[in-house]
Amino acid sequence: MQKRGREEERERSEAKTGHRLVGARSGSEMKVMVAVKRVVDYAVKIRVKPDKSGVETSNVKMSMNPFCEIALEEALRIREAGTAAEVVAVSVGPAQCVDTLRTALAMGADRAIHVDAGAAPVLPLSVAKILKALVQVEQPGLLILGKQAIDDDCNQTGQMIAGLLRWPQGTFASKVVLDKEKQVATVEREVDGGIETLSLDLPAVITTDLRLNQPRYATLPNIMKAKSKVIKKVTPAELNVELKPDLEVVQVAEPPKRKAGVIVSSVDELIHKLKNEARIL
Amino acid sequence: MGRRRASQLLAGYRQFLLGRPTPSSHEQSISGSYWKLNTWRPCCMFRVSVGTPQASNYLNLGKTYAIKQRSFGSAATDIPRNPAFSNLNADDISYFRTILGERNVVEDEDRLSAANVDWMRKYQGSSKLLLLPKSSQEVSKILHHCNSRKLAVVPQGGNTGLVGGSVPVHDEVIINLALMDKIVSLDKINGILVCEGGCILENLSSFLENEGFIMPLDLGAKGSCQIGGNISTNAGGLRFVRYGSLHGTILGLEVVLANGTILDMLGTLRKDNTGYDLKHLFIGSEGSLGIVTKVSILTPPKLMSMNLAFLACKDFTSCQKLLLEAKRALGGVLSAFEFMDSHSMDLVLSHLDGVRSPLPSSLYNFYILVETTGSDETYDKTKLEAFLLRSMEEGLILDGVVAQDINQSSSFWRIREGISEASVKVGAVYKYDLSLPIDQFYGIVEEMRNRLGEAAKVVGYGHLGDGNLHLNIMTTRYDSDILAQIEPYVYEWTSKHKGSISAEHGLGLMKANKIHYSKSPETVQLMVDIKKMLDPNLILNPYKVLPQSCFN
Repeated sequence: MQKRGREEERERSEAKTGHRLVGARSGSEMKVMVAVKRVVDYAVKIRVKPDKSGVETSNVKMSMNPFCEIALEEALRIREAGTAAEVVAVSVGPAQCVDTLRTALAMGADRAIHVDAGAAPVLPLSVAKILKALVQVEQPGLLILGKQAIDDDCNQTGQMIAGLLRWPQGTFASKVVLDKEKQVATVEREVDGGIETLSLDLPAVITTDLRLNQPRYATLPNIMKAKSKVIKKVTPAELNVELKPDLEVVQVAEPPKRKAGVIVSSVDELIHKLKNEARIL
Repeated sequence: MGRRRASQLLAGYRQFLLGRPTPSSHEQSISGSYWKLNTWRPCCMFRVSVGTPQASNYLNLGKTYAIKQRSFGSAATDIPRNPAFSNLNADDISYFRTILGERNVVEDEDRLSAANVDWMRKYQGSSKLLLLPKSSQEVSKILHHCNSRKLAVVPQGGNTGLVGGSVPVHDEVIINLALMDKIVSLDKINGILVCEGGCILENLSSFLENEGFIMPLDLGAKGSCQIGGNISTNAGGLRFVRYGSLHGTILGLEVVLANGTILDMLGTLRKDNTGYDLKHLFIGSEGSLGIVTKVSILTPPKLMSMNLAFLACKDFTSCQKLLLEAKRALGGVLSAFEFMDSHSMDLVLSHLDGVRSPLPSSLYNFYILVETTGSDETYDKTKLEAFLLRSMEEGLILDGVVAQDINQSSSFWRIREGISEASVKVGAVYKYDLSLPIDQFYGIVEEMRNRLGEAAKVVGYGHLGDGNLHLNIMTTRYDSDILAQIEPYVYEWTSKHKGSISAEHGLGLMKANKIHYSKSPETVQLMVDIKKMLDPNLILNPYKVLPQSCFN
């Protein structure tokens, strides 16, 4: 029943775009697509801009989102295990995203796609729409993303794109096992109550959590190979996606500073303060 | 039981034996024995030998170590206390109290015990008084009094020195500048920072980074070391290859001499050729000519982009060639060039938590850390990668990784900076800090390995860019036989190859009588004359730096 649904969808999308989509759903030619985001480096002490419109990002070190690194690492391991043939890295953002994609290529991705969305920040729903358009072009068997970006902490893109594509999703993955023949992914998810194990039919969306793996470093031989790898540039317009922000950031402010602690000189004084100032006794 | 838990228990037990409170976690180490200077010159210290199962496994000795019996050395030391020094009496203490106030005259045993022992737990003095002045005037009054009373003093900063120069030998009064930690001013255009001698290096770095500058020196001890101490030891550190020595970056000093005179040389000018430039006498004098109370230092602007590569080389010749190529190809953006051998990597991986080797396959012979700091990240990265790829094609590098974000850079640095910490965990470590000509650089490490064989683990690492080798020899416990194998062979070898027996650590107590290996007798005599002129009663940091025989 599910298989038939997918074939119908394929015919429908073929009719829409007028292209004959080359099916890459069989295991031997499976493509894995990884979406990566360029964010302020995790170790940087961020500061709020004086006009409170956002966080200071000029002259600050930017790097690949740590969860995206984990997603890319997982994709590379899947390719190395023979389950997939190609890893494609995708990034949506301004021109400097190319640096992040170069890192992805240096880690081992086969090719990269940069969707130039201009300087304005792109929100999860727009990213999801863009990724959907790309998925329809590239036809990957698996889409892996980081569970959230450390700049906005939205934790939405993976779920949204799964909804738009009507694909199964395994979020907060802490372990992924793929079965090539059965075209099934077994995903262990970290949830509040413990670990939940799901079985997903491919194609599927997986978002990665911290404990999934430890990303590799970019070694010199791979950096050398990356020089000949292609970064394709597309615009949202070419993908027929309109970027319309539905959210407006009104203000960004620092959390209120913690007040310094007070050293009391006796137990009586402590009780007095707990009773009268903290009011918890 | 976990390694950390074992070392905590051992440290705690040792502390209990010695009747001292357990130190804070950052001070804990399991090297518990106090070092003998020579077989025939025992120090007046408790000798506690501590070994651990981890240490014995690491050294493949196959024995299980229990905590050894401690033996007390005799109270008399072979560095006799100078009889010309007076003993502290109640009048002195009450006088200090009138100058400093009650709280800053410390006789409390717990605090004294911490101030009496150095970071490596190798040297222990028996001072009964710790003074904490808050201003240069207070330092001046203290020294004036001590000079007139002939009371010996030890200037102390962060107490992170590695040659025993910051702790008393006998009962010298400790003058610690920890309370003099104010930043006086920062010239934001030229980056000239004026601060007091007790400022901790890391605090200065954080302050400067907010203003867009950095300190020209950086070392592993930055969380505890004070700038006054850094200057008194002419500290080198990791940024030396880019920013040079403190002799170049210090613009001025305020120093208090032995008789209490406050010498104000606190200029903030880049160029000032009026007379003899006396501040250079005090930079590197290890507290024996005066106490540094204020500092004026030129700080370089903070550059935005930092790139770091961790490389593997087959042999030492490749490392040398790589250094030459790096200086040529990377030019002005090279900011660090460190090396470590495979034994150091092994040491770090087995003794530190949360550390993994950046290079995937097994141990290579040598590892190099190359850092560039510049203003344009993409440009610098391209330059660095081009240099690395070229070196790889020429066979100078076997493999390497380039850090992609700050976390990866920190973890690479952790490996290099952690060697010292890891070496202390093995049991006993003999540390040598040598400057050697580049072609002789690694020779001494291999010599010592041959000489000591199975008895000890020898590692070599250091600032290859500055020609500075750190030689660490580790055993499960301090042993006079092993020491006899090491010294004076290391010093003689260094001297024969025209090297320096102390590249950046200083002479302190450890090498107080060894200066002749690196300096001519006439030079030493002039140093002695200068010391006698500036400190005729010899009260400043006695028994250290210069040979005792010169003063008899």
